[in-house]
Amino acid sequence: MDLVQLQRQFGFLDEQFTQLQELQDENNPDFVVEVVSLFFEDSERLLNELARALEQQNIDYKRIDAHVHQLKGSSSSIGAQRVQKVCVAFRNYCEEQNVEGCLKCLQQVRHEYSLVKTKLESLFQLEQQILTAGGSIPME
Amino acid sequence: MLSCGGGSGSCSKDMAVELGDEPHVLAVDDNLIDRKLVERLLKNSSCKVTTAENALRALDYLGLGNDTLEGTVSEVNMIITDYCMPGMTGYELLKKIKESSVLKEVPVVIMSSENIPTRISQCLEEGAKMFMLKPLKQSDVKQLKWHLMKCRN
Repeated sequence: MDLVQLQRQFGFLDEQFTQLQELQDENNPDFVVEVVSLFFEDSERLLNELARALEQQNIDYKRIDAHVHQLKGSSSSIGAQRVQKVCVAFRNYCEEQNVEGCLKCLQQVRHEYSLVKTKLESLFQLEQQILTAGGSIPME
Repeated sequence: MLSCGGGSGSCSKDMAVELGDEPHVLAVDDNLIDRKLVERLLKNSSCKVTTAENALRALDYLGLGNDTLEGTVSEVNMIITDYCMPGMTGYELLKKIKESSVLKEVPVVIMSSENIPTRISQCLEEGAKMFMLKPLKQSDVKQLKWHLMKCRN
């Protein structure tokens, strides 16, 4: 049972995630965890900024677009394609200055983010369990 | 490590670095995750890497900025930069580098998550060596390094 294959099947993680795994080796054994942790921190910061920005009286769509662009970039770089897809829609609503659309996308992106976060966390937990039990993680 | 040709005084940067030396790449990107990724990709291709989080910091590092400190300018063999950055874009950074008599020969590569033909031709016309689509893969960076080594010889 290959968890990553499963995630890919449901579209949570695309082949970019496999690229990250391939960059990990004995010299950089924690690369994937490090990058994913950065992604979590950065995304949570951006999601908070987005919520705050959408609460303002005069919404700064340029600023919102800049944040979504960042989130789109990071999610693409780690292979979180469902998050990335919502970001694309989000940017379109920004361009239209459609506050309803933006709020809907924020909710959706939060949802997709928490889904992929859960997937990644369980992936790491499983790997940790295997390593603790004395096994090894086969790399594709 | 630079080695000078015998006889006359001047060193040519292009002839200087021997095969097997690690090229020094300056990677510029405002996205933290992308910086980490490009750094790993370049290090895996035996490059020495310095990262900068925006164009102004990059210019300072290259010795072209307003805040460049005396004696801190380093040799770089290649610059790879994101296109979309707040403040100065990668395109504007490219122009500044090409305007510099000291740095115009340094190959500059532009990266972008957006595949916009006019953007690509604009960058290539301004002197970018290559334009790459994000997210970058190991094969992209291997190809890049191959071009870099080829240009040097």
